[in-house]
Amino acid sequence: MALPREHTQSVTAQSIGDVWPSLLGVVPFGLITGAAGVSAGLSVLQTMASSLVLFAGAAQLAAYQLMDSGSPMLVVVLTVAVVNLRYLMYSASLAPYLADWKFWWKITGAYILVDQLYALSLHRFREERFSSPLPRWVYYITGSVLTWVVWQVAVWIGAWLGAKVPPSWSLDFAIPLSFMAMVFASIRDRPTAAAALVGGLSAMFAATLPYNLGLIVASLAGIGAGMWLEGRRLS
Amino acid sequence: MSEFTIWMSILLAGLVTFYLRYSFIGYSHRMQTPAWFRRALRFVPAAVLSALVCKALVYYGGALQLTLSNERLLAAVVAAGVAWRTKNVLWTTVAGMLALWALQALGL
Repeated sequence: MALPREHTQSVTAQSIGDVWPSLLGVVPFGLITGAAGVSAGLSVLQTMASSLVLFAGAAQLAAYQLMDSGSPMLVVVLTVAVVNLRYLMYSASLAPYLADWKFWWKITGAYILVDQLYALSLHRFREERFSSPLPRWVYYITGSVLTWVVWQVAVWIGAWLGAKVPPSWSLDFAIPLSFMAMVFASIRDRPTAAAALVGGLSAMFAATLPYNLGLIVASLAGIGAGMWLEGRRLS
Repeated sequence: MSEFTIWMSILLAGLVTFYLRYSFIGYSHRMQTPAWFRRALRFVPAAVLSALVCKALVYYGGALQLTLSNERLLAAVVAAGVAWRTKNVLWTTVAGMLALWALQALGL
């Protein structure tokens, strides 16, 4: 499926044009994440390794918070899984547009899947009539790789700077603060507000549960509350 | 956490994360999920992120800090206001950190 060069170039330019505003948010979030990893007691190398392996800011922050308070490995992995459950949702809604991709395109595309490119790609794939898989791949991978590079560099700089900051600065407080904006962004209606409220309150009451299981229990309680309220409204 | 546990946690968390992303992209035609599960996914970000925030506000330094002299709780109120208005990660973090440092400097 040979594609005229100018077409490939225009898709690349379109992807860069769409993604760059979100990079302005990726930089500070990456800096915070890198600094948080180091202030939670990880080395710069471990912080970078986790960033390369996970490539998921919220999950990285959650993992650092748990490692800092000495949680068992199973709880760290389970919590990362719960935080990253949204990728399952993204994967499901992008899948129809990626069905004709080559095997390795799917593998790399899955590894590099993040919130911004999910939203941008879904919008473009619905709007444009990309008939062949190549322009879809070029659009998706250009923006993703750009985001990936900016993210990794920001985390590295953050970890490097964070290692020089004394603990009295309470930089670990940046972790819950950075989540806070995401909480408010995720509240769209009453059921999602109920999920946030119940999840948050239960986490406070369950904070002293052994093995940091409180987070998982509270998340499930919040999800349950959201579903219950939604069910009531529908019926 | 021991060095080994940290490395194993990173590796396993990475595998789980990759599988969550690859799931439908890789096995779209074979994956069938119940309707209640798809409904539940919508509430994941709000519930999980809020739990992470609230837990960190009352439990840090290895102990429960549920008192009015908890500076982080007060700083979080300021940050929540900014988060509600802007929904911006950077501004929320900056506002919360500045509020915390101000409260610590005042020694309340």
